[in-house]
Amino acid sequence: MRTASIAWTIFVKDLRVEWRNRETLAPMCVFGILVVFLFNFAFETAHEEALRLLPGLLWIAFAFSGILGFNRSFAAERENACLEGMALAPIDPSAIFVGKLLANIVFLGVMEAVVVFAAAVWYNFSFLPSLGTLALILLAGTLGYAALGTIFGAIAANTRMREVMLPVLQFPVAFWVLILAVDATSDTLRGAASAELTRGVLRVTGISLIYAVVSFLLFEYVLEE
Amino acid sequence: MEKIFPRQVHIVIALVWFVVALYMIFLYAPQEATMGEVQRIFYIHFSLACTALLAYFFVFLGSMGYLWKRSHGADDFAYACAEAGFIYCSGVLLTGPLWAKPAWGIWWTWDARLTSTFILWLLYIGYLMLRSYVDNPGRVEVLSAVVGVLGFVDAVIDYMAIRWWRTQHPQPVLAGGPGSGLDPRMWLTVFVTWGAFLCLFFYLVRQRMALGSARRALVELRRARASSI
Repeated sequence: MRTASIAWTIFVKDLRVEWRNRETLAPMCVFGILVVFLFNFAFETAHEEALRLLPGLLWIAFAFSGILGFNRSFAAERENACLEGMALAPIDPSAIFVGKLLANIVFLGVMEAVVVFAAAVWYNFSFLPSLGTLALILLAGTLGYAALGTIFGAIAANTRMREVMLPVLQFPVAFWVLILAVDATSDTLRGAASAELTRGVLRVTGISLIYAVVSFLLFEYVLEE
Repeated sequence: MEKIFPRQVHIVIALVWFVVALYMIFLYAPQEATMGEVQRIFYIHFSLACTALLAYFFVFLGSMGYLWKRSHGADDFAYACAEAGFIYCSGVLLTGPLWAKPAWGIWWTWDARLTSTFILWLLYIGYLMLRSYVDNPGRVEVLSAVVGVLGFVDAVIDYMAIRWWRTQHPQPVLAGGPGSGLDPRMWLTVFVTWGAFLCLFFYLVRQRMALGSARRALVELRRARASSI
């Protein structure tokens, strides 16, 4: 119970910090929109091709903007030695992980909503028929991606050149989360049969849960001094 | 270990073993019926691939060992296996296309097994880069151990997830189903070549571990000297 309330405190603190300085969410959203914008001109996408390209485009935008957020997540705590303060506090390190993870999921979720909206307008593509399943897939994929981003962000915060280190660690490990999420997203947008959709969603959820649990278990080692 | 089986003897055995393996690959093993001479690279490709995969498992074991016991030896072992494994994995990615071009007509395809080998290579790079970029030298071991374990989870998922994908890579010929018959002489060549590559791998690991402990001893000596002045 205590652990849960500490995690909640850290989560609320992260949201409050974000509300006051707007250093994470705004760059993430702007960057996500820029990816969609550049993609449109790089591929001169016609409306008919949108269906084929959108799943990949969306997840590439999420993946790259996510990296910005994960980098901030722990780098911000290094200023004024906040990270050491948290590590020294008599609290369970996994509470810090859960709090940070929740904050990252919220930031990614807002960015994803903005990016999906931008893609819908610019590609004249209606997400409404598949919005429910799409939201489920985004949530499942984001859980795994953010769990890895949270632990790798904490690791990369200990390195020189952390902006480079984070994607080098994150992308190979998050590969299957992204690939399965793209697959499932593509099935949803195509309007595939519900059995196929269920299997896709379950795969993304399963793999995300595996990574979330492993990251949760390993996090205490990352924080110790 | 060093007393019973010195590294100098180890490397000599590895070299002699390699000469035998090369003889078997080029002169002893019969020519493959459909692919011809080019198939002979298979012996090297397969041995490199198996060892590269095994090496990441060793990185995982070393990392777990470090997280559990905090022994520097386990960390040295993980680091040594990562460096040697990286070289082997690069070898797989070089010999693969050399064989794929004549056999399939293309250098590379994003087939499941090729993709997962490439990911393995990226995991090695991430692990090795992290080791050289950590700020605080005292934290290198624990952080790289965490990355080693996470990377291994990814490698396991890779080898499960490829079943969900179609694959162009030859199905395991060795110990495949009935009808995956390999000439007995080919079998023997496979094992001798793999043995040679494993023998060299363990030599590299031992050499690298010795370097790691020598380096740590040097740091200790410097520290002792600095505090005595």
